[in-house]
Amino acid sequence: MFTPRPRHAFVLLVALGSGAAFGEGPNLGRPIDPADIAGWDISILPDGTGLPPGGGTPAQGERIFAQKCAMCHGERGKGGVAAAVVGGGPIDRIEATKTIANFWGYSTTVFDFIRRAMPWQQPRSLTDNEVYALTAYILAENKLIGENDSMNAETLPKVRMPNRDGFIIRFPDKI
Amino acid sequence: MEPRNRAKEELERLEVVAGNGLLDRRAFLRSGAAVAGTVMGYTFVRPAAAAPLADEPWSLGPGGLSRPYQQRSRFEEKIGRTLSNPNGEPRTSHARTPHHLINGTITPNGLHFTIVHSGTPDIDPDKHRLVIHGLVKQPLVFTLDTLARYPMVSRFSFVECGGNSAPMFSKEPIQASVQALHGLVSCSEWTGVRLSTLLEETGIDPKAKWIVAEGADSLALSRSVPVKKALDDAMIALYQNGERLMPGNGYPMRLLLPGYEGNMNVKFLRRLKLVEQPAMSYYETRTYSQILPNGKAFRFYFLQEVKSFITHPSPGLALRGPGFYEISGIAYSGNGRISKVMVSADGGRSWGEAALQAPVLSKAFTRFRMPWRWDGGPAVLQSRAWDEGGNVQPTRAQFVAERGETRNIPPVLGFPNQHYNSLTSWAVDGKGEVKHVYA
Ligand code: HEC
Repeated sequence: MFTPRPRHAFVLLVALGSGAAFGEGPNLGRPIDPADIAGWDISILPDGTGLPPGGGTPAQGERIFAQKCAMCHGERGKGGVAAAVVGGGPIDRIEATKTIANFWGYSTTVFDFIRRAMPWQQPRSLTDNEVYALTAYILAENKLIGENDSMNAETLPKVRMPNRDGFIIRFPDKI
Repeated sequence: MEPRNRAKEELERLEVVAGNGLLDRRAFLRSGAAVAGTVMGYTFVRPAAAAPLADEPWSLGPGGLSRPYQQRSRFEEKIGRTLSNPNGEPRTSHARTPHHLINGTITPNGLHFTIVHSGTPDIDPDKHRLVIHGLVKQPLVFTLDTLARYPMVSRFSFVECGGNSAPMFSKEPIQASVQALHGLVSCSEWTGVRLSTLLEETGIDPKAKWIVAEGADSLALSRSVPVKKALDDAMIALYQNGERLMPGNGYPMRLLLPGYEGNMNVKFLRRLKLVEQPAMSYYETRTYSQILPNGKAFRFYFLQEVKSFITHPSPGLALRGPGFYEISGIAYSGNGRISKVMVSADGGRSWGEAALQAPVLSKAFTRFRMPWRWDGGPAVLQSRAWDEGGNVQPTRAQFVAERGETRNIPPVLGFPNQHYNSLTSWAVDGKGEVKHVYA
């Protein structure tokens, strides 16, 4: 698991304005080793930081999708009781349906969301290879990668989503 | 004219501050008797005499038992939240606050709006953990018990879903109550530990610009929050109006980011990871990004901007005959305190300044009140709020010019878009019925 080794000086926060220095608070938090956080540390960043080892292909994903996802997302992801994960019309109105193909800015979000949240009734039951395969399948069905392209920590962040530059930061001064 | 009558007439003239019967807000501050007399004298025919008073059964015998956790009167039981997904189908569940049936500025815990994307988790507080890690000097884990030993702060804060008021994007006004239109905002007193206090103990690597917050719900809902906000006024909230958080509001702990989009106030908070770049999570880059008329979309909207709406009267609360009414509603801004609320009874042609109920608190509900003498004719009621930063609620024309409106009429429970903060207009007809209109 990625855990950056700090190289810079650390900021000492004096947030309460009381002049309390580090060490003067209750100090009741228990130190934990990054290895012991690994089970929860599932955040994937858009540059691929956090992606686990492993990989999968659209063909592998197709089988899993039919078994574990199609009952809600429809045959080949065309939509059912839950949203379509394949296809999508133009963003031609303010209420247009946002889809992976027409809206999502980053391919890493597809992996991250499936791994943390899907299948809806049994989240975090998929292996990382299965998540890669499902991600590959959905991206391939959307024609965002080739039908034989394998997805892994190396290839996934390089997939350029069509709407990558479609966003405006609302209040840049708040960041 | 007799001096007494002249004085009375002057008072009456002074009191009308805007068209269609809006009265001076200071009417409330004057001596009750004088004002009541004036208002009565102007429009009211005194009602018929009351019936003789007699004891009712509940006054003639001892009452019921006290309970450890008291319930409201059985006569109030019908007042509740409206549910978008009562049977727990695999989709998001919304429960909306009935603003027209409550008053004041604090939302009772049982009526606080909730949105859960995969049901409400049943969390054992003794087993719940909060970990802070990533670009910190020392990753730390906190239990609820240990957090309860930290210095605490209390503050009033509204929490509003980015999708509150979404039906107002409809190109035609959708006939619905204030609960259906604006029920995804509520206000509580929250008590907990400042996030900065905990970050002081973990230390922060200067490279850290964002914190990825994550819940213990089944979707592990996750949002990226600027470190800037975390060090400003963020709180790990443990109590809501004095008692532990309601399950739907994040029991046993939630992130509270006063004035910021509800979804960012991550509930069931279990993990905070300090990072250099935002995670671009599902809820921030898909669900809570807003499509603009030119096809681009806003990202990281964060702020719930200045807004107000009238709760009394409103659809479902018909007026019963001409005479004196109090127009009242709520105003709030993610930028700070409300500085002014103007009310119109003639669809925005003329405006009078409403009284603001003290205390007026930053990023919290402010109740405004405006005395009104309804003459029984058609009226269109509107409110418009300003905050201390000089921000003002845009008119509908201004808002639509920038943000657009839908091409088709969306379902009332739909979310065609988000972050609506323009005006709401209620039309009162000759019978006193109230309808939603655009004006
Ligand atoms: C029981 C129904 C159900 C099953 C089974 C299910 N999902 Fe979902 N899925 C949902 C719901 C509901 C949402 C919306 C979640 C939200 O918006 O909070 C969703 C959202 C998604 C999204 C985001 C879609 C979008 O554009 O908003 C993806 C991608 C996804 N699911 C993939 C999968 C995959 C892959 C599987 C199979 C491993 C799967 N889902 C199984 C119900 C389901």
